[in-house]
Amino acid sequence: MCGNEALAESAIIAGCDAYFGYPITPQNEITAYMSKRMPEEGRVFLQSESELAAINMVFGASATGKRAMTTSSSPGISLMQEGISYLAGAELPAVVVNVMRGGPGLGNIAPSQGDYFQATRGGGHGDYRTIVLGPSSVQELVDCMPLAFDLADQYRMTVVVLADGILGQMMEPIVFDKKPRRKLPAKNWALTGADGREQNIVRSLWLKEGAVEQHNYDLQAKYKEVEKNEVLCEQYEVDDAEIVVVAYGVAARIVRSTVERARQDGIKVGWIRPITLWPFPTEQISRAAEDLKIFLTVEMSCGQMVEDVKLAVAGKAPVLFYGRPGGGVPTVEQIFEKIKDLTIPAKQKG
Amino acid sequence: MKTVFTRTPTLKDCPTHYCPGCGHGIAHRLVAEAIDELGIRGRTIGIAPVGCAVLAYDYLDVDMVEVAHGRAPAVATGMKRTNPDKIIFSYQGDGDLAAIGTGEIIHAAHRGERITVIFINNAVFGMTGGQMAPTTLVGQVTMTTPLGRDVEYQGYPLQVSELLALLPGAIYIERCALHRPALIRDAKRAVKHAFELQVNGAKGLSLVELLSPCPTAWRMTPAQAIEWMENEMIKVFPLVRLKG
Repeated sequence: MCGNEALAESAIIAGCDAYFGYPITPQNEITAYMSKRMPEEGRVFLQSESELAAINMVFGASATGKRAMTTSSSPGISLMQEGISYLAGAELPAVVVNVMRGGPGLGNIAPSQGDYFQATRGGGHGDYRTIVLGPSSVQELVDCMPLAFDLADQYRMTVVVLADGILGQMMEPIVFDKKPRRKLPAKNWALTGADGREQNIVRSLWLKEGAVEQHNYDLQAKYKEVEKNEVLCEQYEVDDAEIVVVAYGVAARIVRSTVERARQDGIKVGWIRPITLWPFPTEQISRAAEDLKIFLTVEMSCGQMVEDVKLAVAGKAPVLFYGRPGGGVPTVEQIFEKIKDLTIPAKQKG
Repeated sequence: MKTVFTRTPTLKDCPTHYCPGCGHGIAHRLVAEAIDELGIRGRTIGIAPVGCAVLAYDYLDVDMVEVAHGRAPAVATGMKRTNPDKIIFSYQGDGDLAAIGTGEIIHAAHRGERITVIFINNAVFGMTGGQMAPTTLVGQVTMTTPLGRDVEYQGYPLQVSELLALLPGAIYIERCALHRPALIRDAKRAVKHAFELQVNGAKGLSLVELLSPCPTAWRMTPAQAIEWMENEMIKVFPLVRLKG
């Protein structure tokens, strides 16, 4: 079972009622898997006419209180931004998986991390946030699907699972967790037909003077709660490290191998791996910056998450970057060379 | 004294924001009456468009959602597929349905979505001030066709209902108008039929196009608007049952 199929099965176990999607590489295994499995479960699978339609089908299903998701890859996610903004405005839960590929434009179908800005800043219009999860293994991809649905329902937000072409295509042994999870609030706001009650309205338009301003303050208060409660990150040998490498997703796996090798050579290096990309582990990185010398951020892009690392470090330590964009995948050797460069004092370099 | 006419309960008793002579109020009443006569208020979900009727939920006392411009048929699809027992309708203008949402309405009809679409055609983008719509008549002066619509430059009026009637998934398509009492009665029959098909589980999309006056955007008095509809608009958009 490849990552794409595994995340699809995990979504089904997590209670996904409806899946809407449009073909795009490198995530086609998801739509194919869902087209077979969702009807077997008596649930909804529909291939939409476009990504615009897919996200709006998710919007419709979600407005009635159902768990709905869509998946795509970078160019398709761009098309969904309108719908994601409306989901944010209307406070509807949704799960969106982006199996990232190289861009901009049509780019290529190779793995990439070029959509970090789009995912964490919100690619659509307006002051809104989406929760962004950045799994780095097929098991974590599987684990983050029920979490994504729970977070979406709890906070009435879009949760973006930011994977990439490698994770989507990779095969690894996995275990599906079927344990019950969070206790979630009832969806009293859902449109179910106003039988014996007053009408429910799901809206993002507020015309009264000051109403959108207040709506935004309410959204921001909710986002603050998410920032307070939902940060996830992993740290390894940070305490005695002279260099801390920050990376997420597939890039973090390569960093992990590199750090293990560097430690064998006696280089004091550790790593921090953000699992939630928004909310970002700002506090964890800030704490590490108190007594550390150098940060190195490694990404499969020209440097996007590095901006969040810099904000977290806040000038307390140097933050360097190594990345490869457009489908380039850094190797252990390349990152190792970069780490060694940082450990050699300037005078020895001549 | 015998009551011969009363406001139907699903139409809220409140002041309107629509302009004098606008057709939306009439269209809203027809939808509300159809819902009440069929007894489906408790399981109906409506979708408001972008345009003047975005506030339809202020008048129609059913569960409603407001969605992005043109996307109502996709939202309706998501609702109906996950809630086959609910009655789902979208209420869309001609900017919404015939311009930005052409893809969504064609594919919803093409898939035979079991939804009801109320399509308001007033030949302009109303809320934004009266710009040319795909449905604007040849020679019609709008905010963006100051010299009148020129077919060589802006093409011909788009007859979406005729296009949709070609699709096997569209089971009922009819065009009615709201500018004369007799026509309004006929429109009521059509709107109710479009809902009734869905209630009965008919396998496909039903759509009623309602030609509707927009005196403000047409820069006319309400009386002139009615005359213009009678003399010009129904020639281009004939009042016919196109399918079903």
